[in-house]
Amino acid sequence: MSALLELRNIRKSFSTELVLDNLSLEVPEHTATVLIGASGSGKSTLLRCINLLESIDDGEIYLDGQEISDPLVNVDEVRRKLAMVFQSFNLFPHMSVLENIMLAPIKVQGKSKEEARAQGIELLQRFGLSEKFDQYPDRLSGGQQQRVAIIRSLALNPRVLLLDEVTSALDPVLVNEVLSVVRDLKSDGMTMVLATHEMGFATQVADQVCFLQAGNIVERGSPDAVLHNPSHPQTREFLKRLHEAGRL
Amino acid sequence: MSERNNSAWSPSSRELERRKERGRISRRQAIIAAISSVLVLGTLISIAITSPGWAVVRKTFFDVNYGREVLPKVAEGIWINLQLTFIGGACIGVIALALALLRTTKSPALTPFRYLATAYVDIFRGAPLILIILLVGFGVPALGLSGIPSNVIFLGTVAVVLTYSAYVAEVIRSGILSIHPSQRAAARSLGLTSTQTMRYVVLPQAIRRVVPPLLNDFVSLLKDTGLVSILGVTDAVRAAQINASRTFNYTPYVVAAILFLIITIPMTRYTDRAIRQRMSNQNSEGVVV
Ligand SMILES: Nc1ncnc2c1ncn2[C@@H]1O[C@H](COP(=O)(O)OP(=O)(O)OP(=O)(O)O)[C@@H](O)[C@H]1O
Ligand SMILES: [Mg+2]
Repeated sequence: MSALLELRNIRKSFSTELVLDNLSLEVPEHTATVLIGASGSGKSTLLRCINLLESIDDGEIYLDGQEISDPLVNVDEVRRKLAMVFQSFNLFPHMSVLENIMLAPIKVQGKSKEEARAQGIELLQRFGLSEKFDQYPDRLSGGQQQRVAIIRSLALNPRVLLLDEVTSALDPVLVNEVLSVVRDLKSDGMTMVLATHEMGFATQVADQVCFLQAGNIVERGSPDAVLHNPSHPQTREFLKRLHEAGRL
Repeated sequence: MSERNNSAWSPSSRELERRKERGRISRRQAIIAAISSVLVLGTLISIAITSPGWAVVRKTFFDVNYGREVLPKVAEGIWINLQLTFIGGACIGVIALALALLRTTKSPALTPFRYLATAYVDIFRGAPLILIILLVGFGVPALGLSGIPSNVIFLGTVAVVLTYSAYVAEVIRSGILSIHPSQRAAARSLGLTSTQTMRYVVLPQAIRRVVPPLLNDFVSLLKDTGLVSILGVTDAVRAAQINASRTFNYTPYVVAAILFLIITIPMTRYTDRAIRQRMSNQNSEGVVV
């Protein structure tokens, strides 16, 4: 089985700090890959590199067999297949919910206004937000904003969805709101890579869990194996600290 | 779905009491403010009027009859200032936007233009406006080039536009730079090109943010159009000057000042309000519009 997304020996540093160190990862189609690890271990950087928001120092990234780390690829075209949702939502504050969702389908995919609108309304209905279509982002709760941000990415029908700690700016009730959206997407067969601190959630949706430490995947396997029977001492240490902090 | 019924509510007796109390407090404050204003202003005015020089001052600066006589001429002049402001303002908007975009672009093909735009802004922001007006107004006709109009109103406007485009470009650029990079990242990750990101995401937010400083510049522009009078344009300032030097009475200047103030004071009030609103928007909640 060849992977939809494949990273080979990725290296990335910011000035003197090595953030991703010879990291490799395969993401098969229709699976969810969960990245866990301490703050600063490189999860966000990894996702940003996959989305070509950061350039890598070495290694290769393949999407659907095409090397997207090639400087000659059209990054705008690649990003249409890779949608990224951010921890801080990053909705466009000067546009209504529906306008946020319609922007990329119209400008990037060249859809007509009517078509984009119909699709946007349908997505909003599906995720229980249809009443909010003409609201501005600052009138929405954090959970609603994050769901809109996810819908905005979905409107492009991406091949892979990258989610960077989409719940860490939210309180526990809102977290569930957003996580149930992710669960739905998972059952639809969406290919996802997500960084999260929600271990319970990771167990539910992940096909594979990767534990990152200092820019490397130290341990990788099924959620049960990594989260309940870790073989690596560093993974055990991390989980123990999470447990002590009451996050597990 | 979270709409709750608000119509059944009627204020409690305690709330009614509080409202009465608030009304009493604000009435008392209004009375204090009124008394204090009357006392202070009355004192200042009576000192001015009873001072020995008042009669001369009044005759030289506030001659009502003479003021009435020159008003039509000065008003005709300020019409020129207004025209310069609006026509110039439109040109400034277009040029400044182009300069700001050039200065913030990363496109390699535009590199030379980026440097030129930077040099332009440095020069015209740093040189006194009056020098530019003299250079363009007197210098350009001296070249005797054909095809360039030697009309002083035109040349004066060009000089003002040259300088103000540099100011306004910097204001717009600061607005562009103030938009958080995460907005750009979000737009780019949706597949928008960098031009589309600027056009649909960054610029609309940036312009909204710089509206108050731009209004300030607009007020300054109106005032600075008075400087083109040195080229002999009969604007409000020049019209006042002609009359004042004829009679050695300075009332025409006061008339011109009052006309400017009638236009600028509402504008500055409005600007202050816009700034205050912007501030309160930013303070409530993390979302900055
Ligand atoms: N633009 C940048 N410039 C310099 N250093 C950076 C930059 N972005 C990230 N880093 C550094 O890279 C390291 C990894 O950061 P990253 O954001 O990927 O961690 P993370 O695993 O996502 O952490 P968290 O769980 O807190 O989100 C950190 O030490 C950080 O300081
Ligand atoms: Mg992170």
